[in-house]
Amino acid sequence: MIGTDCVDGGSRAGHGAEPFDPSAAAARATEAILRDTLHGAHRGVVVDSPPGAGKSTLVVRAARELAAAGRPLMVVAQTNAQVDDLVDRLATADPDLPVGRLHSSDPHPYDPVLDEHPSVRTSAKVADLAGLGIVVSTAAKWAHIKNVEPWRHAIVDEAYQMRSDALLAVAGLFERALFVGDPGQLDPFSVVGADQWAGLSYDPSASAVTTLLAHNPQLPQHRLPVSWRLPASAAPLVSDAFYPYTPFRSGTGHGERRLSFGVASDGSGPDRVLDEAAVSGWGLLELPARRTPRTDPEAVTAVAQVVRRLLDRGGAAVSERSEEPVPLTADRIAVGTAHRDQAAAVRAALTGLGVSGVTVDTANRLQGREFDVTVVLHPLSGRPDATAFHLETGRLCVLASRHRHACVVVCRAGVAELLDEHPSTEPVQLGVTVKFPDGWEANHAVLAHLSEHRVAWRP
Amino acid sequence: MSLITTLARMEAVRDGRARPVATVLHRHLSDRPLAFVPLTTAGEAGAPLGALVGTDRDTPRLLVVPQPRNRDLRFAFLADLAEEMLPYLDSYADDVELEERKETDPETGKKVPVQVELCADAPQLLVPSAAGVAFVRLLGRSMRFRRTADQDPDTPFPAPARVPLLGRWLTHYGERSRVPGSSLLLSLTELLGRHWATGQSNLEDQHLGSLLAWIDPPEGFPGAEAALRAESARDADGQLLCPPAGPATDPAFDNKLLAPAIARYDAARAEVLGGVAGGEARLRLAENELRELIASQLRPTWDALWHGVDRLRGLPRGERVAERWKRDRWSFTGHRDRVRAGEPPQPKRDDAVTAAQKLSARETAQAQLEAQEALDDPLVMAGRRLAGEAFAGEVTEVEMAWSEAKVPRPRPLVTVRTEDRPHLEGEVKLYRVMADGRTQTGEFAGAQAPGALVVRLTGGMGRGKTPEPGSVPEPGDRMCWTLFEHAPRGGPELPDAESTPWTHGGPPDAVALGPDPDPVTEEDYL
Repeated sequence: MIGTDCVDGGSRAGHGAEPFDPSAAAARATEAILRDTLHGAHRGVVVDSPPGAGKSTLVVRAARELAAAGRPLMVVAQTNAQVDDLVDRLATADPDLPVGRLHSSDPHPYDPVLDEHPSVRTSAKVADLAGLGIVVSTAAKWAHIKNVEPWRHAIVDEAYQMRSDALLAVAGLFERALFVGDPGQLDPFSVVGADQWAGLSYDPSASAVTTLLAHNPQLPQHRLPVSWRLPASAAPLVSDAFYPYTPFRSGTGHGERRLSFGVASDGSGPDRVLDEAAVSGWGLLELPARRTPRTDPEAVTAVAQVVRRLLDRGGAAVSERSEEPVPLTADRIAVGTAHRDQAAAVRAALTGLGVSGVTVDTANRLQGREFDVTVVLHPLSGRPDATAFHLETGRLCVLASRHRHACVVVCRAGVAELLDEHPSTEPVQLGVTVKFPDGWEANHAVLAHLSEHRVAWRP
Repeated sequence: MSLITTLARMEAVRDGRARPVATVLHRHLSDRPLAFVPLTTAGEAGAPLGALVGTDRDTPRLLVVPQPRNRDLRFAFLADLAEEMLPYLDSYADDVELEERKETDPETGKKVPVQVELCADAPQLLVPSAAGVAFVRLLGRSMRFRRTADQDPDTPFPAPARVPLLGRWLTHYGERSRVPGSSLLLSLTELLGRHWATGQSNLEDQHLGSLLAWIDPPEGFPGAEAALRAESARDADGQLLCPPAGPATDPAFDNKLLAPAIARYDAARAEVLGGVAGGEARLRLAENELRELIASQLRPTWDALWHGVDRLRGLPRGERVAERWKRDRWSFTGHRDRVRAGEPPQPKRDDAVTAAQKLSARETAQAQLEAQEALDDPLVMAGRRLAGEAFAGEVTEVEMAWSEAKVPRPRPLVTVRTEDRPHLEGEVKLYRVMADGRTQTGEFAGAQAPGALVVRLTGGMGRGKTPEPGSVPEPGDRMCWTLFEHAPRGGPELPDAESTPWTHGGPPDAVALGPDPDPVTEEDYL
């Protein structure tokens, strides 16, 4: 259930002829969240944020306001990269704000960029950071902190990617908390079976938010209504396919973001799919159907060639950020895969084509990141079966929602038939809330949309 | 499925027989395991039909429930089972050694070393298949909450004396079997599947008969044909030549043989109750007939189970298996102590803290198991190397270097020539086993040329400015570095159950155990 003062997704729900003002809608949602966080009666507030909806901005703002109100604040993020990014943002937003970065005792425990902020203090011991208004660390590090006075407030970032047992280990450290996260991304997982606890309200393998809400159903829940990252071409698809009951809008309209190339197409598959993606925001480069190993050499080469051509053709992006076209450089491009060996194969192929500086990673590691153009190796490409791993809704959602301009998917033909042969067969567990949509349905929705932007190519 | 397993399965198809995927035995196999082959009644939850149980392959004890829907007979079966199993479990309880362990002193709060007992060996339970493990859990759950007349004289249907105790032990064994790498309760299909890859699917490997057919195909038969025969060949009466490993029975057996035999038994029993002359003899006859029938279904599985054990005993033991078995011994000793201390049976459901602790312990066990199996077995390590998680090669160059610190520490750079292609990014941590068994740490320091990887040694060289002799490899040495830790540590300590936080419903007492029963209203007495 969504709090009453949340802003609705917009015109789809029908607000008459009133034009949708994304900034105003987002501002109203943020105000309501801050009101509940600072002055609400409940111990917790939950905020659902679709991809690129300004979650980090919200966290920074809430942290600064809580600190300004004189409430000692601890911030829990899930990875060291997230913690460093957050501390950097906090210190940049307010250079006078004293921020503590609690880190592990490993070598190179944090990003050295933090040392450039005079107000940031780093330590592996929480006692060294006593008295600072804000202390930020990973859930794993917080879990080792014992015998301290609890913090008055906490912000738990990426709460949907945090496991329930990780929250159990840290929840004793704070009195109240703001939980922020994206319900559509990858669910936390366990390398061992956890079926024996399925259906229990505190199933340790479930997400922290699931457990929190099962025990505290009265907590206010909010939603950020606007994705500032996704272009107008992507928001409706991602919203429909992955957030069917909590729709959101893009912050920009059609035509506000444009992608163009200085070099004309040479007629090859990679060039044609890039042209399609530049015009429509989506491109599907379809290779002939074939069952392949995970590191399908043809598909991997195709991914690398698309990236190579993207750079060679002098791509330039126009967006609301600047009137002038901004050259599309390697650091604004990402390649997403399902498996690590696939990412390694793509990296090797890119090196072979002389490309460097492009981010190549798995969906898990691309979570929370943003690029202008993404090239995705479809998780089901070339597979003989569709397992729960490959069907997971969050995996596809992460891969399809990292881009500001366009997303090119490379895939072998026949995925639709593969999906039809492998409907979801996960056992239904009593007491477990069914997640919508299921991966099978989301995969079909995305595939149906992509097929309108299909370029068949035989390398 | 890893690439190397896929390859092994394809080779198994080509060769018509299973391919080994391990060169050593990765689980502990007791010298005197207790084998347990149960059968259950179709359509009745937790109604055992019969079982073969024992430590001696030639003289198993046959237990039969002639009418599985008769609960008195079911209890008699469970009492007999307790009589077979508990003395076996007890026989390991008193042979102990003393171990030193740190415990928190309740008065001072300090950690002090105490001497505690550890059973020198632990009893091991073997069942044919994963479904057998699930059945052990089910039996445990159905027995451990029963009350005996001794415990509660007013209980309306008292259980035989030792049945609840057996239930607690089976529950403990069933729960322990969920810990990766544990060996207190093992299924043969899982054990054999860990060590051999067949040319059939994982699901088909759940059939002990067809799995063994791939591993030991009869002379002149390819594995696939032998497996098909084991799965589906029937005799002239339509009965399977190789009955399923249970606990489920074959429907053709149920319909054609079992149901009529039980009907005859019921009729004879009715005659005995009705005082019909000769009823006793007919009842004995009917019961014997049933025993023979059920034995005919059990015996092939029993023999297959021991056949599998023989094959596994032919493998040399993995070096680190004893370390894991010691944890099993701790587990057995711990439960022995809880039983002796008169603690109540395990609760129906874990509370939030217990569930999180178990999950965390199992994840640690999984990581340790994966590392130890690779270190024990070059074939497993080959799979990890193929997956880019390790690399092996020859040292071509060693360059001494020191860290930039007040007290410089040795940080030698070792160049390893390898044909493996590990997934190395940045300064990823590396681990290797040194000649003395300790683990040396290092970090990736770049590639000198394709296939020439440079590792900066960061540990295992002692405390001095110069490395201890033998701790730095020399050109020509062969070495294997892994990207995974060799002894991964467990997660953080969790709060006590009494301090379960508000996010998880608070202390368990506040939530009580399970939902309250519906209130009794007047309608209940209409």
